[in-house]
Amino acid sequence: MKRWFWMLPLLAAAALVFGVVTAQAQIGTPHEPTDDEVNAVASQLYCPVCENIPLDVCGTQACAQWRELIREQLAQGWTEEAIKAYFAEQYGDRVLAEPPRRGLNWLVYVLPPLLILGGGVVLAQAFRSWRTAAEDAEEPPPATIDDEYAARLEEELKKR
Amino acid sequence: MTQHDAAPAPEGAPETTSGSRLTLGWSVAFGLVLVLLVFVGLMLRRTQEGPIQVGDTVPNFVLTTFDGQQIHLADLRGKVVVVNFWASWCKPCEQEAADLEAAWRHYQPQENVVFLGVNYVDTEPEAKGYLAKFDITYPNGPDLGTRISQQFRIRGVPETYVIDAQGRLTDAQIGPFTSLQEIKSVVDSALAQK
Repeated sequence: MKRWFWMLPLLAAAALVFGVVTAQAQIGTPHEPTDDEVNAVASQLYCPVCENIPLDVCGTQACAQWRELIREQLAQGWTEEAIKAYFAEQYGDRVLAEPPRRGLNWLVYVLPPLLILGGGVVLAQAFRSWRTAAEDAEEPPPATIDDEYAARLEEELKKR
Repeated sequence: MTQHDAAPAPEGAPETTSGSRLTLGWSVAFGLVLVLLVFVGLMLRRTQEGPIQVGDTVPNFVLTTFDGQQIHLADLRGKVVVVNFWASWCKPCEQEAADLEAAWRHYQPQENVVFLGVNYVDTEPEAKGYLAKFDITYPNGPDLGTRISQQFRIRGVPETYVIDAQGRLTDAQIGPFTSLQEIKSVVDSALAQK
């Protein structure tokens, strides 16, 4: 037992050196993004050359170059938002699948709910007026005292 | 207060008030829809506008070159300007690249012709690789925000626009030039414009 005891500090030092070297290697090696990670960002972008085709499924060389750029940016530690901001600055807001919430773009977000709400109000009013009209139509016409024929009929009935 | 104002409200006045409130509501709704339609119409008209026509004055634009230099079209008044839209992924662009550079080298000593390369929807490393491959020396830069291409309403690349000394468009080449002679012909024509 004593024979091995003196080796313990040596083993501890070796483990420490191994740990430091491994950690340095991990820090030094850039993270290689997977295709899924690249496509997760690419699916939120559209290349102006191939309109209406998301970048993740577009087959042109231009789009392949863009995806490669996204891969490099992810490898350098860029966030999804930073990449999207870079593409919007370089190629314009139209490359973004979701328009940024500023300026006239707000119309895209505000108008549809407003129109739906307005449509709901109009429909509710229309239904209400139809129901009122139908109820009015169902009510029997009130007997009129001035109806001479009815008065005579009543009189004749009373006599019998 | 006038006699008319002082008069008692006629029978059924509440109905009239609610009726006019309803009419006002409808008027506002229709007004809003009308404004929206006008707005959409104007936007559609803008998007449907065609490219800059020959004879039109070309609006100013700023090209920031790959080495950071800013070139304002307005500052080039008095010179013929050849604006070429290209991309590294564009095969037809390669057909005319050498001829454009040769034309630039032909006119450069005269100092009255400027060539500008506008790199359309491209990535910088590939674009710089393209410039190196064809040894292109005239100023080139990315079309930041695709603002310049939208201004010219280009339909693809390559496209080349020739602007005379007065800032008017004299030629629009859609697709690649097929020879150096063809480029010289349009530039000489622009130089001859008064």
